[in-house]
Amino acid sequence: MPASAPPNTTAAITLRGVTKEFGRGESRTRALRGVDLDIPYGELLMLVGPSGCGKTTLVSIMAGTLEPTAGTVRSLGHDLTAMTNGRKVRFRRDHVGFIFQATNLLPALSAVENAAVPLLIAGWQRRRALLTAAAMLDRLGLGDRLTSLPSELSGGQQQRVTIARALVHEPRLLVCDEPTSALDAENGRITMELIREVAVQPDRAVVVVTHDPRAYPFADRIATMEDGRIESVTTAVDQA
Amino acid sequence: MPPLAAARRYTSGMYWIAWKMLIGNRGKYLGIIFGVVFAALLIAQQASIFCGLMALTVSQIRDVEGPAIWVMDENVQFVDDIKPLKDTELFRVKGVPGVDWAVRFYKGIGRARLQEGSYEQMILLGLDDATLIGAPQDVFLGSIADLRSPDAVIIDEAGYRRIWPDEPFQLGRVFEMNDRRAVVVGITKASRTFQSFPILYTRYSQAVRFAPPERKVLSFVLANPEPGLSSQGVCDRITTQTGLQALTRSQFIWQTIWYYLQKTGIPINFGITVLLGFIVGTAIAGQTFYLFTVENIRQFGALKAMGTGNSTILLMVLSQAANVGLIGYGVGVGLAAAFGWWTQTTTRLAFFMPWQVLGLTAAAVFVIVLVASVLSVRKVLVLDPAIVFRG
Repeated sequence: MPASAPPNTTAAITLRGVTKEFGRGESRTRALRGVDLDIPYGELLMLVGPSGCGKTTLVSIMAGTLEPTAGTVRSLGHDLTAMTNGRKVRFRRDHVGFIFQATNLLPALSAVENAAVPLLIAGWQRRRALLTAAAMLDRLGLGDRLTSLPSELSGGQQQRVTIARALVHEPRLLVCDEPTSALDAENGRITMELIREVAVQPDRAVVVVTHDPRAYPFADRIATMEDGRIESVTTAVDQA
Repeated sequence: MPPLAAARRYTSGMYWIAWKMLIGNRGKYLGIIFGVVFAALLIAQQASIFCGLMALTVSQIRDVEGPAIWVMDENVQFVDDIKPLKDTELFRVKGVPGVDWAVRFYKGIGRARLQEGSYEQMILLGLDDATLIGAPQDVFLGSIADLRSPDAVIIDEAGYRRIWPDEPFQLGRVFEMNDRRAVVVGITKASRTFQSFPILYTRYSQAVRFAPPERKVLSFVLANPEPGLSSQGVCDRITTQTGLQALTRSQFIWQTIWYYLQKTGIPINFGITVLLGFIVGTAIAGQTFYLFTVENIRQFGALKAMGTGNSTILLMVLSQAANVGLIGYGVGVGLAAAFGWWTQTTTRLAFFMPWQVLGLTAAAVFVIVLVASVLSVRKVLVLDPAIVFRG
C-alpha cells in the first residue's frame, strides 16, 4: 500500500507511515519503517513474521500503549497520535481488550475477580462487575472454576480467563499477543476457536500477533511483516 | 452515573484490587508489617522509657502541690542543683507585691544510719513548720499531722521497701540522721525519683538538723501569687526585686528537663536507639515493599495497559502502604504499651507513654511507609505499559 494513501474512514484501525525507533545515536534501532495498514470492523487480522520484525511494536502502537516516532494512527475513529497520555489511558480503558502472551493474571485474584478487572477499572460496582465477569467465564466454559486462583488453573484455563478479561467490557478493539504460544496444540486450537467465535463481532476489530501457523486458518487476513515493514497482506485461503 | 459516584466506585474497586494484591503473598505481607511493627515498637518503647526517665527527673517538683512559684538562687539549673539561700530571702520574697504567701522548703541528701548499723542515702525534704506546704498527698499509713511530733519523718513506700525489704509496714521505726533520732510516723506513696533514693519528709526545722551543717540551708522558697495575678507576672517581679530566680512550676519542670536533655548523654543514647529502630524498620519495610512491587511489576503493567492511570496506580500503592502502616503502627505501639504495663507491674523500669510518643511514632511510621512507597512507586510510575507485550 502506498504511503500517501488517504485514511480509510470506515476502518477500525488506519495506520499511515508509522515509524518507530528505539534508542539514540549508534544504538538507534528502527523497529517499524513506514507501516501503512487498514483493519476494518468485523475482521480478525493476524500479524505474522519472524522474531524482531516489529509485530509486537506495531500492535502496541495500535493499542495506544506505545507512541510512534512518526506517522499517524487512527484507532476506532480516534487519532491516537494527537491524544494526550491521559486520554490514551481512557481510550484503552474504554475501547481496548488485551490478551497477552504471558497471561499477566493477578495471582492473588480468583478467576472471576481477574476477569472483572477491566470493569472495576471502568468504575463498575464490584458486585455487578463480578456477576458480569462470571457470566463471561461461564460462556467460555469456566463456570465451575470461578473462585479458582490462577495457580490452580491449567495453562489453557488461564488463557480462557484472559480472554474473558479481554472481552468482559465489550471493547471495540481486541489485541492478542501470541495467545497460543504458551499452550499445547489442543489448547491453542481451543483458544483460537474461542477468539474467533466470541471475540469477532461486526463492530469490533481483532488483531492477533502470532508465530503459530496452526492459528492462521482462524484469520480473515494475514499481514506478513519483515524488518519493520508489512511485506504482504493475504487471506487465510491464500496462505493455505 | 454522576461523575463523583463513578469516581468513588472506581477508586474503591481499585483499592480492593490493591488490597487483594497485598495480602495475596502472605509471607511478603507479614514481612512488611513486621518491619513497621519492629520500628513502631522500638521507637515507642524507647521514647516511652526516655519520657519515663525525664518524668523521674521532675517528679519532686510535680509531687509538691500547692505553690505555683518556685524561687531559688539565680544559678540553679535543675531541681537537684541546690544552691542554698540565706533564710532572710524568704522575707524578701514575701515582701514582693503580688505574693500571696511564701514558705521555706528544704531539699537535700542526707545519710541515715539504720539500727543494724548500715547507712543509706536519702532525699530529705523539709516542709514549712507552720503550714507543712509541700507535704505528700497520699499518706496511707499514719498522717501528715504526725509530722509535728518530735523527730518525726514520713518515708515513701518504695524507700521503706528498700531499707526494710520483706518486712511489713510498721510505724515507730527509728534510725539516725546526722546523729539525731528520726522516727517514722507515716508512710506515703510518692513518685519515684531519678536517683531512686528513699524520700524522707519532715519539718524544715527538723530537716536542717538532719542535714550536714552548712552556713546557708534554705533550698527553695515556695510561693503563690495573689488571686487574680498571673504566676508569670509575679515571678518577674520577684526576680526584679530580689535578684533571685523565680519560676512557675511548669517553667521549673521544663528547665529541669532541658538540663538533662542538654547536659547528659541520655537523649543521645535513646535517640540512637530510636534512630536505629527507624532505620532498620525502614530498611525491612522498604526493601520488602520494593520487592513486593517489583514482583508485581507485570501485573501493574497489565493494569496500566488496560487503562489504569498513573494517579490511580499511585493511590493503589499508597493504599497498600497505608494498610501495612496502620496495622504495623497499631501492633507496634500496642506491644510497646503492653511492655510498659508489664514493666510497671514487675520491674522498676521508668516508662511513660504520653500522646506525644504516639504522635512521634505515627510520624516515624508515616515516613517509613512513605519512603517504602516512594521507592516502589517510582518503578511503577515510569513503567511502560507496553512491557506486557514482552514475553
